[in-house]
Amino acid sequence: MEAIPTPVRLPAAESAIAGLSLSLWRRLAIGAGLVLALALPFVVKNFLVFQLTLAIIYAVAILGLNLLTGFNGQFSLGHSAFYAIGAYTAAIMMDQWDVAYYWTLPAAGVICLVTGFLFGLPALRLEGVYLALATFALAIATPQILKFSPLEHWTGGVQGIVIIKPDAPFGLPINSDQWVYFFTLAVAVVLYVCAVNLVRSRTGRAMVAIRDNPVAAGAMGVNVSLYKSLTFGVSALFTGIAGALGAIVTGFVAPDSFTFALSIQLFVGLVVGGVGSIPGTLFGGLFALFAPNIAESVSKGLAGAVYGVILVLVIYVMPSGAAGLVRLVVSKLARSGR
Amino acid sequence: MQLHRYGLAATVALGLAAMTASPAAAQKKYDPGASDTEIKIGNINPYSGPASAYGTIGKTIAAYFNKVNAEGGINGRKINFISYDDGYSPPKAVEQARKLVESDEVLFLFQTLGTPSNSAIHKYMNAKKVPQLFVATGATKWGDPKNFPWTMGWQPNYQSEGRIYAKYLLEHHPQGKIGILYQNDDYGKDYVKGLKDGLAGKMQIISEQPYETTDPTVDSQIINLKASGADVFFNVTTPKFAAQAIKKAAEIGWTPVHLLNGVSNSVGSVLKPAGLDNSKGLLSTQYLKDPTDATWKDDPDLKVWAAFMEKYYPDGDRTSTFTVYGYAVAQSLVQVLKQCGDELTRANVMKQAANVKDLKLGMLLPGIAINTSPTDFYPIKQLQMERFNGERWELFGPVMSGDTGS
Amino acid sequence: MNWELLLHQVLAGLATGGIYACIALAVVMIYQAIDHLNFAQGEMAMFSTFIAWQLIEWGCPYWVAFVLTIALSFVAGVAIERIVFKPIHDAPVLSHIVVFIALFSILNSLAGWIWDYTIKNFPSPFGTRSLLGNGLISAHDGGMIAVTLVLLVLLYLFFRHTRIGLAMRAAAANPESARLAGIRVGWMIALGWGMAAAIGAVAGMLIAPVVFLEPNMMLGILLYGFAAAVVGGLTSPGGAVVGGFAVGVIENVAGTFIPYFGRELKLTIALLLIVAVLLVKPSGLFGRTVVTRV
Repeated sequence: MEAIPTPVRLPAAESAIAGLSLSLWRRLAIGAGLVLALALPFVVKNFLVFQLTLAIIYAVAILGLNLLTGFNGQFSLGHSAFYAIGAYTAAIMMDQWDVAYYWTLPAAGVICLVTGFLFGLPALRLEGVYLALATFALAIATPQILKFSPLEHWTGGVQGIVIIKPDAPFGLPINSDQWVYFFTLAVAVVLYVCAVNLVRSRTGRAMVAIRDNPVAAGAMGVNVSLYKSLTFGVSALFTGIAGALGAIVTGFVAPDSFTFALSIQLFVGLVVGGVGSIPGTLFGGLFALFAPNIAESVSKGLAGAVYGVILVLVIYVMPSGAAGLVRLVVSKLARSGR
Repeated sequence: MQLHRYGLAATVALGLAAMTASPAAAQKKYDPGASDTEIKIGNINPYSGPASAYGTIGKTIAAYFNKVNAEGGINGRKINFISYDDGYSPPKAVEQARKLVESDEVLFLFQTLGTPSNSAIHKYMNAKKVPQLFVATGATKWGDPKNFPWTMGWQPNYQSEGRIYAKYLLEHHPQGKIGILYQNDDYGKDYVKGLKDGLAGKMQIISEQPYETTDPTVDSQIINLKASGADVFFNVTTPKFAAQAIKKAAEIGWTPVHLLNGVSNSVGSVLKPAGLDNSKGLLSTQYLKDPTDATWKDDPDLKVWAAFMEKYYPDGDRTSTFTVYGYAVAQSLVQVLKQCGDELTRANVMKQAANVKDLKLGMLLPGIAINTSPTDFYPIKQLQMERFNGERWELFGPVMSGDTGS
Repeated sequence: MNWELLLHQVLAGLATGGIYACIALAVVMIYQAIDHLNFAQGEMAMFSTFIAWQLIEWGCPYWVAFVLTIALSFVAGVAIERIVFKPIHDAPVLSHIVVFIALFSILNSLAGWIWDYTIKNFPSPFGTRSLLGNGLISAHDGGMIAVTLVLLVLLYLFFRHTRIGLAMRAAAANPESARLAGIRVGWMIALGWGMAAAIGAVAGMLIAPVVFLEPNMMLGILLYGFAAAVVGGLTSPGGAVVGGFAVGVIENVAGTFIPYFGRELKLTIALLLIVAVLLVKPSGLFGRTVVTRV
């Protein structure tokens, strides 16, 4: 049974649409996106800025999940645990040790890298559904561990930890929401560039080779165990940093914030965005944040049902996610453009 | 010339005097969310997710405001009640609170439900100086006007209820060995703290068994409690688990002195499913009238409530005390808003909320009234103990006040 | 070591384990048909139980409602597969899982909207008197275990000794070859769904008397059911049942006897043990290890 699909390949970069090469189109899209992202906080309400910040954070978390599932073929339903570890790391450091918020990110990253790697080691023996269950178990256990009484002094137990949102530094004329948005955007851009570089590197190729055919990869000299565990670690790192950002933006962490419902949300975002596609995670993040709100505005009593219907329709229209749809459209245009 | 100047000055002075002498009510003052025609009220309830059973409170409140609007509104203004779902998730609560305050621009937040959700928005609401009024949780920390002047609870807080049980035990069963079943979250732990504070070490707590809302049953915990030798049972569970606990205790033949927390003492929603015979002898506290309790069969206030449910919320569960709760708290708010008159600012809303004197509502037990003051942010402090006789709850003892003291 | 308490907890664990075993059977059933785990299994069982409850409320005698519900659930299962899943047959596996999640959301929300969230009593055909005299296993618990075992035997006979059972296993294992052999793969899958829905309905109707009927009743149970099915080995219905009982007993014993951690981390410990089992036997206790040719 093929667990993880190989994504649709785009036509070669030299092929053209409307006279411009695909690689040029891609660069234009990224440029336009950045300009839009930088301008938005100044034209929309603060509340929308806050929501967009959250969407970016989800996108980064989904990016982490994508590295593991989309590029390395390891099915994880447990990423809410890494998100939680990142969030609590940030909260504890800021609340108990008065550490500045920007230092919490690398700390969260490192802790999650190690945790992810350590989790990935035993997970090596598990495949597909069995790995899914093991990660699912991790997601379910996390809130319970966070509530564990002996740890209450650190975690705040069921009451959680309140942290203060940072203000713009150097007296810049922007408000707290806008500053946090830009900070998150900057971190996200850095992480995305890292992800792209990782995927295009030899390591990335090894990861993908393991996904497509672990036996062949092993036969070709790829240290499958090491790469699989490392990928787990890196994936956790991304999601952990997203968690830390999430804590800073919301200003509050509690065990109830990190139930397995979050894992499901991230997973849905992954698939809707497009498994194995880095730009797709942006759409995934936006979907994860806004789809439940849209469902609620349609019908409060049946919000869950409406959300379910939206999901089904999205899968019908884009079975390989948004990225799959874009690739389909682009390849059709490229072919007809010739 | 001089006369003319004096005359002008006199006219101006008279005019000023006239303006300042008129009653404050003639001056309309509005904060965002209030106008001549409407008052926008925000609310966050869990309509989905594990706590969705509480969503009926939000629906009852909405129905009550429909009734108020149909009857002319408050001081001529209609209530625009905007309620969002947070699925009992704190980050979502933050998002919805910000939406209500910044996007929908409500005058204040009312009856936001759940301790984690309220904790998440606590600082924000106070920083933004928007009232977080009559929050739907019994956690004790909401009555802190010095540090959080914009937040106020409503229902008797869990710790004071725990203290009342402690008082009862010290008086009637001082040699008892206590076993506690509690939900492993802040609601459960708050009750346990209240009991422990009230006991001050004078009685032995021999076993504490937590459970999670994802646990299918609490059978294992009940078995452990019986095996520990406990002969007093403090049952801090939400309705579903309360019913399971009562049923299992009866099944294994364990008959302790059984104290049931006020959250789960509804005859229709808990005791009937658990078995009325199994529930004989149960002790609890109450501040509302339970519509399934035959004691109130002919009570005129109950009939008013029933008529309201019939007309405005026919789908509502009339066996659940949640609907009574929603009705009573909505009535409390209407009183506060009436007291505001035409000065619908956020500061005045809090001021009037801290200025409720001896408000008696139809569905509150006789003898219990709502009282607040600038230093007392606990609207309902009184509870009465009751015992279940197999058919109905029998109130006994005086209306008590749990000291808050925290 | 309090032996009496241990015995009590083991018995209670077997009783709860019966619940997990029942739903684990439904999970394995659908896995056999479609090769993945259906997240919506619990909600389908819950919804079926509500339908049964509604029929009883309208005056249907218990057994009529019971049979009717099973039939309706079977039809609904087939219908869901044909209508919802057929169009995305070629979509990647992960997309299927998202549709399971969607189904979960729809059924849960719909049930809450139609029947609201107050708990409801669901009658038990076995009565509530005690089986062993000390109230630890009631007649209902015993009945539930018995029904689960009967279902297990029936499933075993179905898969091993009937043509349709064989066809279903073939369709799940290798759709291409099965088609070449003349098996109508699409309808086999739909049949699998129907059977899983029917088993789920039985599970729901047996579980509800113990935990009380309400829209969120299956959430925790499904989790344990998955764990039980996986630890038993997803290719083995017998393993799922053993897994269910094991999970029930482990959970109770761990929660009672492990000092310091046991009380508050009951669930965590149970899940940890399951993962540990998987690490030693990656295909579950009784699962067949699949060897693929490179």
